[in-house]
Amino acid sequence: MTTPLLSVRDLVIKFPTRHGPLTAVDGVSFDLAAGEVLGVVGESGAGKSLTGSAIIGLLDPPGHIASGEIYLKGERIDNLRAEDMRAIRGRRIGMVFQDPLTSLNPLYTIADQLIETIRTHLRLSEREARKRAIGLLDDVGIPAASRRIDDYPHQFSGGMRQRVVIALALAAEPELVIADEPTTALDVSVQAQIIDVLKEQCTQHGASVILITHDMGVIAETADRVAVMYSGRIAEIGPVREIIQNAKHPYTSGLMGSIPTLAQEEDRLVQIPGAMPRLSDIPPGCPFNPRCDKVFDKCRVHRPSLIPVENREVACWLYEDAEAKGAAL
Amino acid sequence: MLAYVIRRVFQSIFVLLMVGLVAFSMFRFVGDPVENLLGQERTQADIERVRDQLGLNDPFPVQYVKFLGNALQGNLGVSYRQGRPVSEIIAERAPATLELAGVSALFAVVFGVGLGVFTAIRRDGFVANFIMTTSLIGVSLPTFLIGILLIYVFAVELGWLPSFGRGETVKIGGWSTGFLTESGLKAIILPAITLGLYQMTLIMRLVRSEMLEVLRTDYIKFARARGLSTRAINFGHALKNTLVPVITVTGLQIGSIIAFAIITETVFQWPGVGLLFINAIQFVDIPVMAAYLMLISVMFVLINLIVDLLYFVIDPRLSADASSRGH
Repeated sequence: MTTPLLSVRDLVIKFPTRHGPLTAVDGVSFDLAAGEVLGVVGESGAGKSLTGSAIIGLLDPPGHIASGEIYLKGERIDNLRAEDMRAIRGRRIGMVFQDPLTSLNPLYTIADQLIETIRTHLRLSEREARKRAIGLLDDVGIPAASRRIDDYPHQFSGGMRQRVVIALALAAEPELVIADEPTTALDVSVQAQIIDVLKEQCTQHGASVILITHDMGVIAETADRVAVMYSGRIAEIGPVREIIQNAKHPYTSGLMGSIPTLAQEEDRLVQIPGAMPRLSDIPPGCPFNPRCDKVFDKCRVHRPSLIPVENREVACWLYEDAEAKGAAL
Repeated sequence: MLAYVIRRVFQSIFVLLMVGLVAFSMFRFVGDPVENLLGQERTQADIERVRDQLGLNDPFPVQYVKFLGNALQGNLGVSYRQGRPVSEIIAERAPATLELAGVSALFAVVFGVGLGVFTAIRRDGFVANFIMTTSLIGVSLPTFLIGILLIYVFAVELGWLPSFGRGETVKIGGWSTGFLTESGLKAIILPAITLGLYQMTLIMRLVRSEMLEVLRTDYIKFARARGLSTRAINFGHALKNTLVPVITVTGLQIGSIIAFAIITETVFQWPGVGLLFINAIQFVDIPVMAAYLMLISVMFVLINLIVDLLYFVIDPRLSADASSRGH
């Protein structure tokens, strides 16, 4: 097997507090192949964004990587010196944030920000960088890019600004783009366009994507694989079609049940009872056990790790036998 | 943009007129200049004659209008004490105050912004915390005390710098400057620090808190995610955004540097307009006081106007709003 583009191994992120450290991300592992789109879903506080920030080395202090490793093309990047990591950010890993209205510096023109980013990473003259910048804006669908490039961010609409942000993230041809809730702050009508632009541009530039969102619909349309996160852990990870059609983990099936579909007959959506536990009181064993309708004794005591089932991995004791069977075969 | 400037200029003129009116109404409580003008041997008839000559028998609005009318023609009246035109006296004294204020303002802005940025970037560093703690002293000590302390340390104990006066000055045209002689340069150090210290600490604390705020914003995080250098982020992206609110306060502070020069000039016997004003009060020299107050308010208003216009230079969002409203 070839080296995956990105490999996250047993990532643990902790926050020191007065009452001892809180573990916000606990033992997350996954691989991402070149050109692949991985969706990461979960409720607020499940650790999706923290995982994304950790990969690009921008965890807000006092949060920090307590243990685990992150590899980019086999090269470890989580323990690099600040200056070396800076050279990777933008150049090899790009990032798109949630709110395009606040992601751009209001006092600089789009041209200033694009050219600055391009020239930080690529050896280009001012003129060449500007040409490239106009090309990037054209690609992400900004009309009359050569004229609008000298406008300030406030002269663009939210959707247009997110296109600019995508152009900025792709300015130096990164191999990986982390998109953290890229459409959440946008009007529903432009969300689909932005996702299209993001996917099309990343495909065109050959970049892999980690798409962090709580919108299962976006994942279904965009991602190749999906990782479902719960309480700082991956509950289930696998090909997006399979997981949508046949969720294995009880949390995932609850999540799928809560999505309205046109075919649905009942007028009430299925809800998972209760709420995700606070970081300070995650129960022992499986974090989902108090809300799970298939819970049994083992779940309350032992924490399940990811168990390979068919094409995917599920962190649920229900599939322990499947693994045993698989091993026996 | 032009409409905005014109509106602002009209507002400024209105403010000036109001300041003048208030100032003039207060002069009536400072004392009677006639007492000082005439000696012990005065008669009631003398007093009445002088009061009439000086126009002091008119109600104060009439005096004010007369003063304004003359001032608009460049005639600020004649000092009661010195018997010379006020404009001449002020022109003689103004360079000293302006040089002092200029050096203090430069000191306050350069060190205020510099230390503010430093303490914001090295938020948890030992040096930054030390600066923040000592800056509290700068904010809480009164100006005259700082002046006296500086004189005690650097003039009396160490003997490095002069304790009063302006040193030797060189006349260039009508402007007497202390910048060209060694004694002049030495003499300006202590008063400039005294005058600018409070403003410096204020600017520093403001820059620090604004900068910390800006460093938390999404566009700074996004700039980091794009891999820009720390230098470009701190000084290109963060500092420029920090300066927008800082400019207002700094502008006002520079105004008050000129106004508060009175205290520093008194402590250091600096021969500027502030000292002139203090002496004028003792003598109830109304033309000098009136001219001084008008001059200070003109400067305040002018600085504010410049500050408002600077916004347009720094923040593109304002000019866009203004132009779209103009269409």
